[in-house]
Formats: sequence, C-alpha cells, structure tokens
Amino acid sequence: MAGSKREATKTAASGAANGEVAIMVGTRKGAWFLRSDASRRKWALQGPQFLGCIVHHIVADPRDGKTALMAARTGHLGPTIYRSTNQGKSWKEIERPPAFPKVPEGQKGLVVDHVFWLTPGHASEKDVWYAGTSPQGLFRSEDGGRTWNGVAGFNENPNRSKWVWGDKDQTPDGGKMHSILIDPRDAKHMYLGMSGGGSFESLDQGASWRPLNKGVEANFIPTPDPEFGHDPHHMALHPLRPDRLYQQNHCGIYRLDRPSDTWTRIGAKMPKKIGDIGFPIVLHPRDPETVWVFPMDGGSVWPRVSLGGKPAAYRSTDAGKSWERQDKGLPAEQAWFTVKRQAMCSDQGAPLGLYFGTTSGELWASRNEGESWGCLARHLPEIYSVTLAGGRR
Amino acid sequence: MKVHIPGPLRSYTSGAARVEIPGETVAAVLAELDRRYPGMRFRIIDEQDRVRTHIKVFVNADSIEDLSRVLAGGDELTIICALSGG
Repeated sequence: MAGSKREATKTAASGAANGEVAIMVGTRKGAWFLRSDASRRKWALQGPQFLGCIVHHIVADPRDGKTALMAARTGHLGPTIYRSTNQGKSWKEIERPPAFPKVPEGQKGLVVDHVFWLTPGHASEKDVWYAGTSPQGLFRSEDGGRTWNGVAGFNENPNRSKWVWGDKDQTPDGGKMHSILIDPRDAKHMYLGMSGGGSFESLDQGASWRPLNKGVEANFIPTPDPEFGHDPHHMALHPLRPDRLYQQNHCGIYRLDRPSDTWTRIGAKMPKKIGDIGFPIVLHPRDPETVWVFPMDGGSVWPRVSLGGKPAAYRSTDAGKSWERQDKGLPAEQAWFTVKRQAMCSDQGAPLGLYFGTTSGELWASRNEGESWGCLARHLPEIYSVTLAGGRR
Repeated sequence: MKVHIPGPLRSYTSGAARVEIPGETVAAVLAELDRRYPGMRFRIIDEQDRVRTHIKVFVNADSIEDLSRVLAGGDELTIICALSGG
C-alpha cells in the first residue's frame, strides 16, 4: 500500500558495524535495504518498504548513527518525508513536510511537487537538516526532520525566479535543488546546486546567496559565460579538505579549490570518445585526490545511457589530471542504463567499497575501489538513490 | 458525514474505506480528517489550498475545487485518486 504507515513496523536493514555495510536504495516504486557480512561478499536484500512510493532520497544522519530521513511521494498523493530513529528498522511519517507559503487569493503560489534532496546539518547543530525540493526551494528543519520551514534567503529571494529560469524549461519532472553542502568548519558556510540554475554559495547560513559558476560551461544558454543558469548535476565537498569541491555538470566535470571562485574542467582529461557527461560524482572519504564518475552518453539527442552500451566508472587519483576506466565485471555490451545523481556512493571500508544503482533496477558494488564490480541485486524498479545507512553522507 | 477514503490513503485510517467525520464545509471536514489522521490533508490538498492534480474530491456526484462548499445533512464526500501514472 502506497505510503502506508502500517509498513512502518516492518524490519529494514540497519546501520553497519564490524565491517558490515548497510545500503539504502530508493526507487521509483519503493525502498529496499541491503546488508553485508563483514567481508562485504555476502549480502541480504530486504524490502520493499513503502511499495509504490516514489523514493527520491534516503539519507542517514552521521551525527547520531541512528536517524534517517526518506523523501517520498506517490503518483497521486502529495509529497512527504518518513523518519527513522533506529537505523531504518522502522519509519514514521513526519509532522509537517516542506511546503511553500500560501499566497493571497488570486496569486499563483509555488507548490512542492517532491522533496528531491536531504542533507543533515552541521555537526554542531544536531537536529538541523536541509531539504531541496522541486520546484526549487530550500527548507530547514531544526527538530531532526519532524517539521520544516522555508529558508527565506533563498525561497523569498527577489532573484529566485531569475535563478531558476522562472520555474520553466526545467528538467522533465521539474527543476531540482540538490547537493546542499555544509562546510564542516563553519555551519554558516553552505553551497547548493540547482538543475537548472547553477551552483551557489552562502556565507550566512542561507540568508543570502551568490552564484559560483565561473569557468563552468553552459552551452545551452546563448549568453557567453553567464553568471548563473548552469546545470550542475551533482556537487561534493571533501570532508578532509573542505576547500575542495568537485562537480559533475551537464557540461563536464569540474574541480574548485577555494578561495578561487573559478572551476577547472578536469573532465577535459577524460578520453574524448567517452566525454565527461554524467550525473553522479563520488569522493574518496580519505583521499581528496580520488574521485569517481559514471559517464553517460550526452551526444546528439542526449540518450543518457551507458556509452555504446558498455558501462564503466572512471576514477581519477590525481584530482582530475588523469582518469582510468573501471569496467571489470560490468556488462561488456548491450547494457543501456543510466546512473542517477544520488545513485552512487561509497562506504568507509579499506579498501573502499563503491555502490551504484541503475535506471534498469540493478545494484552494483565494488569491494576494491572500482577495480572490479559485482551485481548485488537485479530486477528492482528504477533506482533513484543509493546511500550508506547509519553513517556518512 | 460519510467520507470515502481511497486505497492509497487508507494507511492513515487503519484500512478503513469509509469514515464518519463531522463538518459544515469541505474545508472543515478535511481539517477534522487531518486532526484525526495527522498528515492526511497535505497528501490531498496542496499548500495553496488546492486539490492536488491527481486527486479528485466529490460531494455526492459533484467534483469540487472550492473547499468552502457548504455541506448538507446526508452529503457524502468521496476522495478519489485519478486514473493516471504508470
């Protein structure tokens, strides 16, 4: 039953311990959970939970290791968020999901279609969470995700409509606010990504925002070097070097080392026949030089599938100066899937484990930093989100 | 007031397909529904107080958008998930 509260009593996978890894998978038709043994060789699949719900993002809170939020909706019903306080064993609908303010009669107000992105707040603010929505809005919770209020500095900013192209001409099911990043050194220093709209930065915890898109191509806009309007697909900030950001954009792969405000197109070093278009970007949690992407076909009419039907991850271990193909174990031909922006993550293991889910409902994993891959699950619905339970963002 | 609950919302009513809710207007009935079954109204009505795109609300056989519609004794409210999706 869609959005069932009764399902909240079902048992789900919980956070990892003793080398075990637990993965949360959000799909177009519900949520699934996988848990490994200590070697990460054997996996148990549990689910579905909230069968029929469109699950855009499931995110665990690294601050307490117990709380997780799940952004969900159904095709008919309005959006909501489910909350777990026991590492995903059970879920309960929150009290007040993100919603735009009601406007006076006769005016056209914004309506949240779905919550697309969830981010736990700074370590010093243990009950703070942020949410990005479609249409694009920024919301903040100060009670662990139970209730939400709009961040006026973005949602009511007089420039908002300009930044988000007037909420028109966005991606097929609406513009997406995503990649809400918090500087681990400063709760007031934030970044966010908008598809479309570009990358933005705030130094005052969201009260004001400025575009951060210098150096990023936007070949779908007639204006050369626009200040905003770009299409970042996914941004990530390195936790050990917070002045380093990586970005997989509609127009390439980029790196930014602050205090510079000009991105460098590190995707220029990708093989020309592969290009540097894709959705996800994943960082090595212990090495700011190492990053993974999963390229897709962004040529001609933008098929958004594996290039040539031969999927592969690409890894750089030198911050994007060079890239290596990692496809051992992946289908060698006729595999035409996409890996969406929230659908690739790492664990904390040594060597690092990597995980990605496909639009064709397969979950793939590597126990050796991408050197080889194995399929953990097939025949799931279209996968939107693959995240680590009980811990890291 | 009899309120007919569609399948996707019966998780809120412990599986009940029909509940009895007092109210003099559609808005009042929806408010009481939400009081008894927290969160339910927002799944049906958006933040601009409009019936959501893929939901229909009927008073007897009339599809309504105006939540201030006054209800008479014996009226029945039916919430329907429109035929859509895939």
